[in-house]
Amino acid sequence: MNKPSLVLAGGLMALALAAPAQAQVEVQWWHSMTGGLNEWVNDLAKQFNDSQKDYKIVPTFKGNYDESMTAAMAAFRAGNAPHILQVFEVGTATMMASKAAIKPVGEVMKQSGVQFDPKAYVPAVSAYYTAASGEMMSFPFNSSTTIFYYNKDAFKAAGLDPNKAPATWPEMTLAAAKLKASGHKCPYTSSWVSWVHLESFSLWHNTLFATQNNGFGGPSARLAFNSPLHLRHFDNLANMSKQGLFVYKGRASAAVPAFVSGECAMFTGSSGSYADVSKGAKFAYGLAPLPYYPDVPGAPQNTAIGGASLWVMAGKKPAEYKGVAEFFKYLSNPEVQSASHKRTGYLPITVAAFQLTEKSGFYKDKPGTDVAVTQMIRKTTDKSRGIRLGNFVNVRTIIDEETEAIWAGKKTAKEALEAAMQRGNEQLDRFEKATKAAH
Amino acid sequence: MEKRARFKHPLLPWLLLTPQLLIVGVFFFWPAAQAVLQSMQLQDSFGLSTQWVGLDNFKTLFADRAYLESFQTTALFSVLVAALGIVLSLMLAVFADRIVRGALLYRSLLIIPYAVAPAVAGVLWVFMFSPSIGVVSWWLSRSLGFEWNHLLHSGHAMTLIVAAAVWKQISYNFLFFLAGLQSIPKSLIEAAAIDGARPWRRFWTIQLPLLSPTTFFLLVINVVYAFFDTFAIIDATTSGGPGRDTAILVYKVYQDGVKGGDLGGSAAQSVVLMLVVVALTVVQFRFVEKKVNY
Repeated sequence: MNKPSLVLAGGLMALALAAPAQAQVEVQWWHSMTGGLNEWVNDLAKQFNDSQKDYKIVPTFKGNYDESMTAAMAAFRAGNAPHILQVFEVGTATMMASKAAIKPVGEVMKQSGVQFDPKAYVPAVSAYYTAASGEMMSFPFNSSTTIFYYNKDAFKAAGLDPNKAPATWPEMTLAAAKLKASGHKCPYTSSWVSWVHLESFSLWHNTLFATQNNGFGGPSARLAFNSPLHLRHFDNLANMSKQGLFVYKGRASAAVPAFVSGECAMFTGSSGSYADVSKGAKFAYGLAPLPYYPDVPGAPQNTAIGGASLWVMAGKKPAEYKGVAEFFKYLSNPEVQSASHKRTGYLPITVAAFQLTEKSGFYKDKPGTDVAVTQMIRKTTDKSRGIRLGNFVNVRTIIDEETEAIWAGKKTAKEALEAAMQRGNEQLDRFEKATKAAH
Repeated sequence: MEKRARFKHPLLPWLLLTPQLLIVGVFFFWPAAQAVLQSMQLQDSFGLSTQWVGLDNFKTLFADRAYLESFQTTALFSVLVAALGIVLSLMLAVFADRIVRGALLYRSLLIIPYAVAPAVAGVLWVFMFSPSIGVVSWWLSRSLGFEWNHLLHSGHAMTLIVAAAVWKQISYNFLFFLAGLQSIPKSLIEAAAIDGARPWRRFWTIQLPLLSPTTFFLLVINVVYAFFDTFAIIDATTSGGPGRDTAILVYKVYQDGVKGGDLGGSAAQSVVLMLVVVALTVVQFRFVEKKVNY
């Protein structure tokens, strides 16, 4: 090889080495996924990064949902927020109200010229993250909902039909009584009291949880869960608790191990708990829709969404937004969606992904995994679109605090719900004042 | 004896003080001033807007019955933590001081809990007392027929957080008491023994009075500990429940500020908390310190 061609080859090599580093745009993604879900997030980023050369998604675990949101707020104040932030559903109203801090997903997609059809998404999911103007604000990522689990072996032992889950609350109470009579110490427990028994319960019965269509109409919404239906349900739960039919096992998802260990025979909670149940339960179990009151017109409607969505933060470069848009396009792909759904138990977020999963025979192999989807794939009403309230983390804590007084026998259902409403409304009042000032 | 130091240059003492002043300024006075400022503002979560609301945050706070109840909870909790923590560790220190063989092992074992992070300590206690899976709650129900459930009974919940908080702090108190005991001249105790004083008598009339500076120091430290450093334990064990029966003041500051994103309300609470602790410390120095023999 002669000298000039050596130089040329060297130059080309240097170029080849430098090129990717120069052109590749990094996109920071803060998330709150732990354990197996953390691996899932890392795999998604890796697959996307391997599929093209222009962008690099860098996922970073930033603590649980509260913590990563707080971290992003602090980072935004300091001027170094991430590009993508995973925010849980209760933080949605806060994010939407912070217009200057975020960039709507619809806008990101449009400006980047990436093809994107919001109609492809399951309505009960996408509607939740869509503003009144019809613009999609955040990208639905991991969505779950509330469902019913039961122990088939315990049902058999109590003389109940293990293949027929109680569909209504009266049936549920009867089943609990039979389980108790057969010697079961904990016939029924529930995680997420506010989410399951107030939020999802309200949508399921097409009844308002808060005014202004559960907060979709604006920040002047106030809590409304002192309706006769809500009182009836909590009186019912209070009685069940007194008789030892319902056993309270703590806040958030603290009740999950009580079902998985076989201690409790029936359980209401997140469809996302399926991963724990299928892994840990040493008995035959069944999944079924959430019970309802059959005499309520419009019930059952659809249940409430949980989980999180991806928000794009404001103030980044166009090239970086293009990377975000490409990544979201990748995530919307039905194959990717369906694989994620099967892997994590979160809902498939597009209708095409649901159909693809159905076709693959997954729901036949693992009966019950479609319960959450069928509860959500319905035409929503104004009352059932979802619940979007400010300072909602605080409101949920208040609901936990007040309802614990019911299970402890210190307050009646009416007293507790009204106290929760009054204290919760103070939080909504503060939120309204703070957001008014922001505009 | 002249205690005063003499410096050749008038600026030298200031120069020597600068590092300390800087640290105190940056890590204490600045954040404290920020808290006072924020307590009179209403901010949205991302700091996009700031409203001056004067004393509104404080008014809201004191109109909230739940907040006022939190004072009672905090008082009960701090008294229990400080009193139990000091008494138990003093007892352990007195015993450890008398041990001749294996003293090092015994002491090391007592010091280990201090190395455990508060949140880990909380989780440890939750595992032992969990109504579903806890070893202790299972044993209580099996052998004594006592149904432990800190999710519903506030008494149980308070017992649990006090136990966890005291357990965590005992090592610290123990170290100071042990050092205090060992610095008491042996001759004093021997003289008393020759005069016929029994161990109990010797403890009451010689060791305890001579330990009073240590006890006073630990009282101040333990009260501050109970007020400020215990929120991780509470977060990991009861999350303030059942109801709000274990939500002490500092836990509410954390809950509203860090989890709830309400910076104004949270800042107002921390200002109140700061005043309470300053007042308590002043009271301790004014009234309790008079009984201390240095």
